[in-house]
Amino acid sequence: MNISPNKPLLEAKNIKKSFGDHQVLGDISLSVQDGELVSILGVSGVGKTTLFNILSGLNMPDSGEVFLKGENITGKPGQISYMLQKDLLLPYRTVLDNVALPLIIKGMPKKEAREKAAPYFKEFGLEGTEKKYPAKLSGGMRQRAALLRTYLASSGVALLDEPFSALDTITKSAMHEWYLDVMRDIQLTTLFITHDMDEAIKLSDRICILGGKPARIVAEIKIEEPRPRGKDFVLTSRFLEYKKQIAESLKQA
Amino acid sequence: MTKKSQNIINKLSPLIALLAVFLLWWIVTGSGAVPSFMLPSPVDVIKAFVSDFPLLMRHASVTLTEAFSGLAIGIALAFLLSTLMDRFDFLYKALYPLLVITQTVPTIAIAPLLVLWMGFDMAPKITLVVLTTFFPIVVSLLDGYKNVDEDAVRLLRSMGAGRMKIFRYIKLPSAITSFFAGLKVSASYAVVGAVIAEWLGGFDGLGVYMTRVRKAYAFDKMFAVIIFITLISLLLMWCVSLLKKLSMPWERTGEKENENK
Repeated sequence: MNISPNKPLLEAKNIKKSFGDHQVLGDISLSVQDGELVSILGVSGVGKTTLFNILSGLNMPDSGEVFLKGENITGKPGQISYMLQKDLLLPYRTVLDNVALPLIIKGMPKKEAREKAAPYFKEFGLEGTEKKYPAKLSGGMRQRAALLRTYLASSGVALLDEPFSALDTITKSAMHEWYLDVMRDIQLTTLFITHDMDEAIKLSDRICILGGKPARIVAEIKIEEPRPRGKDFVLTSRFLEYKKQIAESLKQA
Repeated sequence: MTKKSQNIINKLSPLIALLAVFLLWWIVTGSGAVPSFMLPSPVDVIKAFVSDFPLLMRHASVTLTEAFSGLAIGIALAFLLSTLMDRFDFLYKALYPLLVITQTVPTIAIAPLLVLWMGFDMAPKITLVVLTTFFPIVVSLLDGYKNVDEDAVRLLRSMGAGRMKIFRYIKLPSAITSFFAGLKVSASYAVVGAVIAEWLGGFDGLGVYMTRVRKAYAFDKMFAVIIFITLISLLLMWCVSLLKKLSMPWERTGEKENENK
């Protein structure tokens, strides 16, 4: 196998998937470098979630393979962590026990898992919530807790499936700022599903536009804007230029 | 109207309704409209209750032993069966209709058979309690298992959890709410089930005592037993509620937590 210095952390090769006669994914290949944030942008129902289910190993593709750090993980869950729009914090576990759950599932003793998870609470803005039940937390806090759980579950890559789309605009915007900060600190490589153009441009290093029937990657746009990106980035002409470019690609798809 | 006084009214109104029923009962019997050998006055019933109290307690201890043993076995069986039925779909399809049919057979009809088969000791009574308590719990547990959030299951699978871990961390704790709903029904069935079984033969127990006082036309004592059984059932249901509160701390309201700070 060709081992280059630029070997991607996560790589999907020629993924195809049909449900019955209906082909959903037609030959999708993509790769994510270490520390990169790549968005998958597409209209609702295009097959984004199907793609994520395959990448996370929950479903098998009809053909194609998924590699993590060069290792074939096609159809093997437990390697890449997954976060959905719903925070899915279990109501009967405290926040700390929710966050530590992936570690416990991987076989770590409960006490050790708690000790490993606890130090991250500060970084994730969740101090003081350890012993609370999720119902007591605000929407933004719940998403942050879910994100911390995702991070602890990951072996370096997290798949986020529209994680912020259920939040109100103001909270969402605050979450974006926060997410970029945290990501830089914890060095989490992220693949991000969204249908929100602004969100994609604000957060991503690269945007893959998914479109067509069956879906394929119709365009790939690199967001060259250096980090940290200021709040004003969304108001610049560069931002609008990216937006125009994406809209064009979506239209053609 | 303030919230507090509203609250008091909410709590008082069922009590007032209950008192009204007693008052009506008292008036009807006291005025002689209904002869006292047919319907004893509430005062007589209370007197009978007080004078018979030691006897009632002795019989109650037998009945409660039967009810609790039956309920415990019923819960254990219900857990086992519902878990198996949830795990193996063919079992679910095969057994569910059968379970429903067994529930339409009236308890009172099986009870004499059980006595014939098992004799006059506790065995037929406990069996009858098992039969009556088991069904509500099976149904509620099955419901709880089936209504699990599929996305939560998917999330755990993505963490690498197998079937056992999904059961342990998602299915079982999610089913606990519906388990308690079933238990509440079953707890009240348990005492009544034991009493009915005792009617048909035995040496001790509230049902046996009930049969005796009925044959003696001691209606005041009869009513005293009935009220006693009702009180026991209510107490049991209250215990279930308490148990539910204790085992589901996340359901409690936030007020307490704020006080602790």
